[in-house]
Amino acid sequence: MIELHRLRKTYPGGVAALDGVDLHVAPGEIYGVVGRSGAGKSTLLRAVNLLERPDSGTVRVAGQELTALGSAELRAARRRIGMIFQQFHLLSARTVAGNVALPLELAGVARSQRGGRVRELLDLVGLSDKAGEHPARLSGGQRQRVAIARALATDPAVLLCDEATSALDPYTTVEILHLLRDLNRRLGLTILLITHDLGVVERICDRAGVLDAGRLVESGPVGGLLGEPGSALSALAQAVR
Amino acid sequence: MIDLLLPATGETLHMVGLATLFTVLVGLPLGVLLGYGPAPVRPVLGAVVNVGRSVPFVILMIAVIPLTRALLGTSIGTAAAVVPLTVGAIPFFARLVEGALRDVDPGLTEAGHAFGATRVQIVARILLPEALPALVRGLTVTAVALVGYSAMAGVIGGGGLGYLAIRYGYQRFETDVMLATVAVLVALVQLVQFTGDRLARRLDRR
Repeated sequence: MIELHRLRKTYPGGVAALDGVDLHVAPGEIYGVVGRSGAGKSTLLRAVNLLERPDSGTVRVAGQELTALGSAELRAARRRIGMIFQQFHLLSARTVAGNVALPLELAGVARSQRGGRVRELLDLVGLSDKAGEHPARLSGGQRQRVAIARALATDPAVLLCDEATSALDPYTTVEILHLLRDLNRRLGLTILLITHDLGVVERICDRAGVLDAGRLVESGPVGGLLGEPGSALSALAQAVR
Repeated sequence: MIDLLLPATGETLHMVGLATLFTVLVGLPLGVLLGYGPAPVRPVLGAVVNVGRSVPFVILMIAVIPLTRALLGTSIGTAAAVVPLTVGAIPFFARLVEGALRDVDPGLTEAGHAFGATRVQIVARILLPEALPALVRGLTVTAVALVGYSAMAGVIGGGGLGYLAIRYGYQRFETDVMLATVAVLVALVQLVQFTGDRLARRLDRR
């Protein structure tokens, strides 16, 4: 579903954020990328929808080569890729329903069709009763639910999660992870997440990779990597515990 | 004295109201272009705006007289004063608009791009609504500045409270008229500021 091939990205000043990364995420899979701050996780995730354009290499999502698209086609392709963020990035001026409706408006969905779709989405994340509230009046977990509903509005095949639970307390983190796992199973949603929290990977990821200094030094099934004493993932787990 | 103050206050409100309206109509899109216009346009507009802002208002008033004549057929009177007031306030307000848009969390812009928004959609659906409280505050500052400028416009025959203060208070030594004029101006500024603050607070949902 997601195929990254030999991605390279160097920032001005010579720091290589991505140093030849290859990554394949299968349809319906939850894949987690872990690594220290500055390892290039954020750049990697943003390369998938080209918020960060790599200097070289190709990005394919759902069979479409995004790196070969013009700007209008790229915008259309981005509507098939949902994204959620650590700080939620909800619009404070809009209600919960208004936030969820945003991607539909951007895609040119008629007003008459938006209302039903927004209700459906809020129902999906369990926030039907909050449609008229503003985000400022919600808890962190509720805000992330709104952000998830918004990300799924245009029915994407892929969801990108940028440290989606890092601003949440441990209980809320578990709740959100359950929701993501549930959506993954019910909708067949492919999820690529980046995190510095190994617990997230252990809890919901099918496969994981370790990113170090812009290189994916390891990639495989989570259980296998953690069980293998010499693996980078188990070394990371050891270092944290 | 009320016979003097009432019409003068009306003239000031007339000048400031119209000038504020035209300032928004031109300054808002100009501010958007300053911040988010096409890359080659931004520095050019920025330079023009800086020139506009560096000319002292007294000079500007006189410099735009030909423009006023061309637009209205006269350069004297309340309506004519609206032209220099607007020309003076546009670059000021445009910079405030630019600043208000830049202060919107860049994460929101990024989210917009992630959802496939065009530049125009990002400005119209994300930046302007999110910046609305700051835009209202900017407009309040501009309107207050215009009250001050409008008093100056009185010097070149614009009418209003400033003209009254000069004609009676200064030239005829009628101190009570001068003080009354200043009192009305103070009240006007307080009212504008109070209204703007309240509106901005009501709009702010953060």
